Amino acid sequence: MERFARLYVELDRTTRTAEKVAALERYFASAPAPDAAWALYFLTGRKLKRSVATPLMCAQVAEEAGLPLWMVAECYDAVGDLAETLALLMPENLPATPPPPLHRLVEEGLAPLCHLPDQAKRQRLGETWRQLDSIQRLLSNKLITGEFRVGVARTLVVRALAAVAGLPPAVMDHRLMGPWEPTEQDYRALLRGEAEVSGPGQPYPFFLASPLSGSPPSLGPMEQWQVEWKWDGIRAQLIRRRGQVLVWSRGEELITHQFPEIRRAGEALPEGTVLDGEILAWRDEAPLPFADLQRRLGRKTVQGELFDPVLVVFMAFDLLEAEGEDWRARPLAQRRRELETLGGKPHLRLSPRIEAGNWRELETRLGESRSRLVEGLMLKRLDSPYGVGRQRGPWWKWKIAPYTVDAVLIYAQRGHGRRAGLFTDYTFGVWERGELVPIAKAYSGLDDEEIREVDSFVQNNTLQRMGPVRVVTPVHVFELAFDRIQASSRHRSGMAVRFPRIARWRRDKGPEQADRLEALRELLARQ
Amino acid sequence: MLRSTDRGLYCEAGGFYVDPWETVELAVVTHAHWDHARPGCEAYLTAEPGEALLRERLGPEVRIQSVPYGHRFRQGAVEVSLHPAGHILGSAQVRLESRGEVWVVSGDYKRQPDPTCAPFEPLRCHTFVTEATFGLPVFRWPPQEQVFGEIHHWWRDNQQSGRSSILFVYSLGKAQRVLAGLDPAAGPLVLHESVARYLPAYEADGLRLLPSGQTVPGPTLALAPPSAAGSAWLRGFGEASTGFVSGWMQIRGKRRRRSVDRGFVLSDHADWPALLATIRETGAENVAVTNGYAAALARWLAAQGRKAWVLETRRPADSDPEA
Repeated sequence: MERFARLYVELDRTTRTAEKVAALERYFASAPAPDAAWALYFLTGRKLKRSVATPLMCAQVAEEAGLPLWMVAECYDAVGDLAETLALLMPENLPATPPPPLHRLVEEGLAPLCHLPDQAKRQRLGETWRQLDSIQRLLSNKLITGEFRVGVARTLVVRALAAVAGLPPAVMDHRLMGPWEPTEQDYRALLRGEAEVSGPGQPYPFFLASPLSGSPPSLGPMEQWQVEWKWDGIRAQLIRRRGQVLVWSRGEELITHQFPEIRRAGEALPEGTVLDGEILAWRDEAPLPFADLQRRLGRKTVQGELFDPVLVVFMAFDLLEAEGEDWRARPLAQRRRELETLGGKPHLRLSPRIEAGNWRELETRLGESRSRLVEGLMLKRLDSPYGVGRQRGPWWKWKIAPYTVDAVLIYAQRGHGRRAGLFTDYTFGVWERGELVPIAKAYSGLDDEEIREVDSFVQNNTLQRMGPVRVVTPVHVFELAFDRIQASSRHRSGMAVRFPRIARWRRDKGPEQADRLEALRELLARQ
Repeated sequence: MLRSTDRGLYCEAGGFYVDPWETVELAVVTHAHWDHARPGCEAYLTAEPGEALLRERLGPEVRIQSVPYGHRFRQGAVEVSLHPAGHILGSAQVRLESRGEVWVVSGDYKRQPDPTCAPFEPLRCHTFVTEATFGLPVFRWPPQEQVFGEIHHWWRDNQQSGRSSILFVYSLGKAQRVLAGLDPAAGPLVLHESVARYLPAYEADGLRLLPSGQTVPGPTLALAPPSAAGSAWLRGFGEASTGFVSGWMQIRGKRRRRSVDRGFVLSDHADWPALLATIRETGAENVAVTNGYAAALARWLAAQGRKAWVLETRRPADSDPEA
């Protein structure tokens, strides 16, 4: 634990990439494998099962610090990170004996917490905290809450570990994408010297498209491009190898069990096939809103589609492996031809190619996006190999222009993480019968200076406090952009907007010039 | 005795405002930070050790009257005196007495020792108007010797790696306090002009802040205000590590937002234990709380059986010297 805490401090004390990688290399080169395995687990963004509910942790800290719960809540509101708040509130501790090593702390202290009744959990938490100093407490709290953000991108961890193992980063990246557990054995296997072929379950790194900034004609003749809809679902790889079917999300999560119908469809694929595609909720030959898919994701087990009114399909758009052979270096046109031979099934579809005579005609097709519930178009060079990560050039996403509405800032709340303590979470309203009705929450779109200005405005213009939420004088108008609008019975306005963000601050407008709810209703009706 | 108006805290019986945020006839000013000393008033009254700083800020032609700490005088129907607040050079608490009732307005204050200003003087009163910039129990300052130790350690590490150290500090008060705590023999020091600007006022008060003796060659430590971040002046130092000195550095998110390498927790404001201890020492039954986490501190005090309320102040945008 001491070594891991030292690594955390080193990572936290620099904004330089090279120094972060050096600190990681030092750690992985020197830490015992059982500890390093867990460190890697957390640094690559994996989490322990959430074992202690926030109120329970707060209650234990409140008791140890002699504070009422409301004060703990006020502090959390100001600090923006639960683990950090609790570590700051706990009385100072200088343990007489060194802390347990990381693997023991996790395996014997933190992981078993979830099996304990509440009272025993609190007791165990207290015991764990007494073994640790304040930095170590901060860390162990972060491991419990799962908010383990240390400002280290996954690629840096990959780079450091690859250096320690003496392997190319791409090989390490691929190995880490596969299933491994934070055990000494798996960790050693990850570091093994020989660059062997991937294990049976591992997905390939995803290839990503860049947003199209110029106009499509700048991409040259249209014949060089393959065009598809940009689906709004879950990007995933469907893997059929060694008699097994696995579905991996782009977030590197194995989601096979949540989509049994896709697994069954995958069983019909030839051995040694890997497809890239998008999981979509589907009805009557058209996608359903993303929210319908999200419901499925939250589930631990899915009984079967008989009980689920929402059908799910895998919309395949690329072929990465055929007959056990890596096809990624081959041109898209060839991969596509092979993909088409696999044919379509009810739960395994082929993302159709969109035909258009020229760019102008394509732009007209783009206009259909909203009514088709897609985000726009994908443009892929027919000669492009399937690359790694985001490379500008071969793949572009051409999204539809968002809807916009002018709305008034009505509530504000303090942000979290990097925005801790500042009022950065805003709710906006539009007019309905002389009243401002909330229509969207937005967190992004302002620069640091504007955020500071709004923060100061909120502090000086609070009309009312509702817990952490401030009701502010409605004077500032912002242009909000959003991708779609849906009817919703859960919202007071009767509507929900998807991906709302702040497009700009309309300083030229007074609150009375903001939009009316009627305008949004018209958008909804037109869509 | 005092009430909150849209121009500031007003003492009707005395005919003056304390730290008004709009222009008024007579402003009693607790210290020279610009969120407390607004320009444009007809006359200012301040503590003697702070007069030079106030003049440096407001200009030579402004009417400023100053009184020594502890000197009692009548202003209208009120007896007024100014007492050290320990925040920066010349910072004062305002004590008001009328018909046996005593109020004290703390202004900004701290309880840690600071060689650049007189220490806070606890005053008994019936009503205490306290600041609460850091009025939450997450704010507990480490001993300042430890913080200066960390700064020196960081400075030395940077020297060994051949890069400069850039320390962001608020230019009035914090900069001079940090300067007084640095070892001038540790290496060359450079001050941004907005920091250097206030040194004569400190020297007039008998403090020598500029390192005498010869400096050690090697990469520089620069003291600069946060507003200098990204400036051509700072780029001139080449490869550098950055640090920020503020009570807010207690919170990781605040530091990350600043994009600095290191945060050093050193504040010219009272932390939570110091706020509570000070309020206790005043013996005040009534506590009015301003600034920062006023609502939380007032609620805490009320739960402890005191009469406590939030005194709303209107602070200009982006005014917090610590932020």
